[in-house]
Amino acid sequence: MGRIVLEKVTKSFGDVEVIPPLDLTIDDGEFAVFVGPSGCGKSTLLRLIAGLEDVTSGSIKIDGTDATMIPPAKRGLAMVFQSYALYPHMSVRKNIAFPLRMAKMDQAEIDKRVDGAASVLNLSDYLDRRPGQLSGGQRQRVAIGRAIVREPAAFLFDEPLSNLDAALRVGMRMEISELHTKLETTMIYVTHDQVEAMTMADKIVVLRAGNIEQVGSPLELYRSPRNTFVAGFIGSPKMNLIDGDEAKRHNAHTVGVRPEHIEVSDSAGTWTGVVGVAEHLGSDTFFHVHETGLAETITVRADGEVGFRHGDRIHMTPRDDVLHKFNAEGLRIE
Amino acid sequence: MARAVTSQRKALNTAIAWTIGLIIFFPILWTILTSFKTEAQAINDPPIWFFFDWTLENYAVVQERSDYMKFLWNSVIIAGGSTLLGVIIAVPAAWSMAFVPSKRTKDILLWMLSTKMLPAVGVLYPIYLIFIELGILDTRVGLTIVIMLINLPIIVWMLYTYFKEIPGEILEAARMDGATLREEIIYVLTPMAIPGIASTILLNVILAWNEAFWTLNLTAANAAPLTAFIASYSSPEGLFFAKLSAASTMAIAPILILGWFSQKQLVRGLTFGAVK
Repeated sequence: MGRIVLEKVTKSFGDVEVIPPLDLTIDDGEFAVFVGPSGCGKSTLLRLIAGLEDVTSGSIKIDGTDATMIPPAKRGLAMVFQSYALYPHMSVRKNIAFPLRMAKMDQAEIDKRVDGAASVLNLSDYLDRRPGQLSGGQRQRVAIGRAIVREPAAFLFDEPLSNLDAALRVGMRMEISELHTKLETTMIYVTHDQVEAMTMADKIVVLRAGNIEQVGSPLELYRSPRNTFVAGFIGSPKMNLIDGDEAKRHNAHTVGVRPEHIEVSDSAGTWTGVVGVAEHLGSDTFFHVHETGLAETITVRADGEVGFRHGDRIHMTPRDDVLHKFNAEGLRIE
Repeated sequence: MARAVTSQRKALNTAIAWTIGLIIFFPILWTILTSFKTEAQAINDPPIWFFFDWTLENYAVVQERSDYMKFLWNSVIIAGGSTLLGVIIAVPAAWSMAFVPSKRTKDILLWMLSTKMLPAVGVLYPIYLIFIELGILDTRVGLTIVIMLINLPIIVWMLYTYFKEIPGEILEAARMDGATLREEIIYVLTPMAIPGIASTILLNVILAWNEAFWTLNLTAANAAPLTAFIASYSSPEGLFFAKLSAASTMAIAPILILGWFSQKQLVRGLTFGAVK
């Protein structure tokens, strides 16, 4: 069972407050993703939960017990690091067995659990190798193996996929999601990649400068971002944020339109502009449109068959039903 | 394209390297050669290089006159003991400075190094008195402690440099995996730093073995190591060069052999972290 509750947690390094008072609850079995730009405090927050950093004030409860002063080893959490942090001098088997050995578990049980984890993660053939002899993806699996054998109350992932190449990242992303479905254990996952957040999370926590900007399911965040920061951060390509007269027409300071909510045409539409860069992905085409009089660039996501090119003048019609409105403070207006 | 190296260039470099190597090695070579000469040949002018009457007489005399094994044993205990003790103290010190540095860590490191710049003779008097007071003058224990203290800054510095190269995340992983601080150091940090620790030990054994100032000043008969053994063959008058050379050769032989067999490890350790 791994319900994690943070109450008025703060963290300062010297005079610099990285985490202002923050409250957060992660329910048992939930896949929570902390997402935000680099330097937003997401890794620090994870390390506070892990116990690798001490909170400056506030409390952290794991399973109802106050874990604030408990050392990392005793919190019953397992962590997967960005650099994998495998023990280079130990074989894969010994790496995975290490936490069990530290727990003074008997050898037969250790062997059983290590073999179990290895078969789940397709590592059975590599148990006698050293980490240095493995590929990036295999190392990542070893790191995950080392975490799952302990049967922890929760898993903490600190940008675990950012050292992998793009193709492998998509594969591992799914493996981690499947693992979560199988184990039904609480997972907290830190990333700066909103695609990872959207695809994996039950609950996304968007952070900026140590503050929680919004907490919600991926679709909640996508459909009703609480402010312009979340609006711009969640979704790819980014939401178009338009100020000025066009926004006033909708009684707002800023209006937001997602690129996929704009229709393009060569004859008629609400807005017009000139295509700058056209990115043809096959399935979709992204147009970066200039000279619209609305914003510097309006991004449009169109069907892959739409064949406008650089320099073409096009007409665009936003869908009014999914228009996002924000006030002068950048907050959402319903 | 790789840089082209002509064969002449290569030959020249080889010649230069050998010349420098021989110049560095020459005093040792000369000592070894002299040890096989008679006392008269040893001071012959011009010097005789190889064509002298090779003799083992000096070694026989040295063996007869003094108990080499006792000095050797003292050297082994003092060099080995001071190194072991130093490493045991330095590992936790270097760990804390490398992984939980404070604002003062850099200052502490520099301060420790600064003690190496102090002329040893400056503290001879107080240390001598302390030794008398504690009754450890001319004992192996006393000498082991003082030599350990003298080399401790170097041990801490070297270990600190090696530990710095070890990614902190691996130690954090060990902590998450339930290792206590002691287990973290024994099972994770130390094995990873083995090349560094090994070269630290080797270098320190060599330094302790060759240490002459303290060994000569703080020992008389009981705890005297090989440095004292050599010194006892130097005298203000008479012919002693050949015997002195024989004693020196016997004194440096063990460390020379140790160095020869561990040179690969020593070089690897000293350049550890420089090349990934």
